[in-house]
Amino acid sequence: MTETGDGAGPAGRWLIKGAKPLGGEASDILLDGQLIMQVRSHAEAGQAQVLDADGLIALPGLVDLHAHLREPGREDAETIASGTAAAALGGYTAVHAMANTEPVADTAGVVEQVFRLGRQAGHCDVRPVGAVTVGLGGTQLAELGAMADSAARVRVFSDDGRCVADATLMRRALEYVKAFGGVIAQHAQEPRLTEGAQVNEGEVSARLGLTGWPAVAEESIIARDCLLAAHVGSALHVCHVSTAGSVEIIRWAKAKGWPVTAEVTPHHLLLTDELAAGYDPVFKVNPPLRTAADIAALRAGLADGTIDCVATDHAPHPAELKETEWSAAAFGMTGLETALRVVHESMVRTGLLDWRGVADRMSARPAAIGRLNGTAPGGAGLPGADLARAEWQGGPLAAGFPANLVLYDPAPIAPVDPAEHASRSRNTPFADMPLPGRVVATFLRGRPTVLDGKLAS
Amino acid sequence: MRRHLISAADLSRDDAIAILDTAAELALLAQRSIPKLPTLRGRTVVNLFYEDSTRTRISFEAAAKRLSADVINFSAKGSSVAKGESLKDTALTLEAMGADAVVIRHSASGAPHRLAGWVRGSVINAGDGTHEHPTQALLDAFTMRHRLGRIEGLRVAIVGDILHSRVARSNVWLLRTLGAEVTVVGPPTLLPIAIGSWPCAVSYDLDAVLAESDVVMMLRVQHERMTDAYFPSVREYSRRYGLSSDRLARLPGPAIVMHPGPMNRGVEIAAEVADSPRSTIVEQVSNGVAVRMAVLYRLLGGAAEPGPELVAAASDRVAP
Repeated sequence: MTETGDGAGPAGRWLIKGAKPLGGEASDILLDGQLIMQVRSHAEAGQAQVLDADGLIALPGLVDLHAHLREPGREDAETIASGTAAAALGGYTAVHAMANTEPVADTAGVVEQVFRLGRQAGHCDVRPVGAVTVGLGGTQLAELGAMADSAARVRVFSDDGRCVADATLMRRALEYVKAFGGVIAQHAQEPRLTEGAQVNEGEVSARLGLTGWPAVAEESIIARDCLLAAHVGSALHVCHVSTAGSVEIIRWAKAKGWPVTAEVTPHHLLLTDELAAGYDPVFKVNPPLRTAADIAALRAGLADGTIDCVATDHAPHPAELKETEWSAAAFGMTGLETALRVVHESMVRTGLLDWRGVADRMSARPAAIGRLNGTAPGGAGLPGADLARAEWQGGPLAAGFPANLVLYDPAPIAPVDPAEHASRSRNTPFADMPLPGRVVATFLRGRPTVLDGKLAS
Repeated sequence: MRRHLISAADLSRDDAIAILDTAAELALLAQRSIPKLPTLRGRTVVNLFYEDSTRTRISFEAAAKRLSADVINFSAKGSSVAKGESLKDTALTLEAMGADAVVIRHSASGAPHRLAGWVRGSVINAGDGTHEHPTQALLDAFTMRHRLGRIEGLRVAIVGDILHSRVARSNVWLLRTLGAEVTVVGPPTLLPIAIGSWPCAVSYDLDAVLAESDVVMMLRVQHERMTDAYFPSVREYSRRYGLSSDRLARLPGPAIVMHPGPMNRGVEIAAEVADSPRSTIVEQVSNGVAVRMAVLYRLLGGAAEPGPELVAAASDRVAP
């Protein structure tokens, strides 16, 4: 990569030469200030700094609907600064920060703090997710309206980590957020069916003597919530879909025209429950890794759009919560720095998605579900999709839109090295696994956050 | 043979036969005036017990001492573990003290796998959660072989809480390796969902299986199963899956009744059945010491073929 000028810096004029937008024809992309000025076959550099992007793929900045940034409360595992640095290195320009912090993000005060810390760090936009219930307790609605009206402008609400199991409470939450175009993101896990659950219930759990987490515990909640969303006419988003049966239920709900969206994690697209055989809790996650048949169904669902998007469920943990017996270990895996490479491996190299599809599933659709680009699934002009245009995420890579983009080199294949990660935690299940691709540069509103694969500021 | 004994599934047929043969020779040792061998003199065996299990700990302790090993008993209760020390830190402590083998009993499935990653010595699984208990399976196989003269072709029924039983898992893997035909029997609630992937037959009907069994192995019913809707009541469980005197009478020929202990008399096994001539329950306990000696001997002793050498050592040094 050659550059003129001093590399990192504030938004100015950048000329990205020879990148392939969405994997298409090589083009020059001119950024001016916070916006994309031109995307054409040849553009003059003029005063712009030039970034040689020959052979690189240009995608709109990735948007994650589901990350645990741990701050406030567990800054030993991650901070908003370290988590968003990891996000930028993974090609993200916006992440939704889940509410299960300490204290829980269930008030306007906490979500505004998270939002402000994200702005200060500056690596990518942080969109706080508000808790559905006070303290994630599952009994009393949090002040959803106050969080929606706050400076953090919360649109996605979730008790993620716990299921809103009470059917009436779930119904009320779905109904209530209609007033401000919100969406309830459900962690679908029937609690009684998963008491003490450790791994997918099946051959592996039977052999290893670990308590099973049955697929039906996820599927029964998804089915119930799809019916509730249809009944009250409000938006349901299903977090980390992990089973073939869940894909079928969501496909059915969408065929009915119901306002349901869904996400899948990178790890559920690539890893199976057989990895639990050595009892290394780096493979312990909730929902658990499932079977090869589930992976095939999830990939097919993501390819045909039944599953709208990829979301990382980035869940950093300090070493001591993973260097234990399996049943004593924390659930969760890091994912922000490997997500695009895993999607490349599982979806692109398999021929299931092209790069246009990757841009849709990792940027445009999650941005729409998060109400970050002036549209929402089901049509423009919903009351929640009211973000100022300069703040939009999710593309497109076109003149006049915010200059959020990632440049990705699809050529190299290298093993994942956790020591290189910017996340404070090292619990990646992909350590030492050869994966394709490399994020070369990320731009947030015209300003490079990553250059030559390294943090730019 | 591998460095560790963590799962009965890791044992090849040759490994398992070698352990049983060694155990048979070592069992003779117990009849000598001084039942002790110098084989493991200077070696340290740590009994790391996170669960109360006096019988298993004593069995391993006796086995190690009869091979002249130094034995350290590390009970989680009243130790640094009770103060919150992690398994990893305990492992590093044992490593620093130079343990040649760690015998671990733990309530978490897979704890021995984790331990094996943190210590250089051999790890012997003395029961991990609801996963495995390989030395129990070996002593059960030893007992079958001793009583019935063979294992190949034996029809073995394992009855009760298969889902939560480490004894059942280890026995299914080992008996498959040794050529027995296993049928697991229990209420559907106490069988794993994926039981069809195991190398055994499955039945919900004890009476249908009994007449076709050479060995009936009864499993202990844990108290917590009785309160979580796995079955309606203890009495109903006992009627459907308990080994009563009536059922005992229907066993064919020389069939034997086994139980890993401790028993719930009157629940899974009637008192008169436990005390009947078909019962091997007391033998299982005494065979446990010989089998655990054989495991320690083969993991730590370094001898590939113990046969004549072992007997010579026994006669030369122990009973001159």
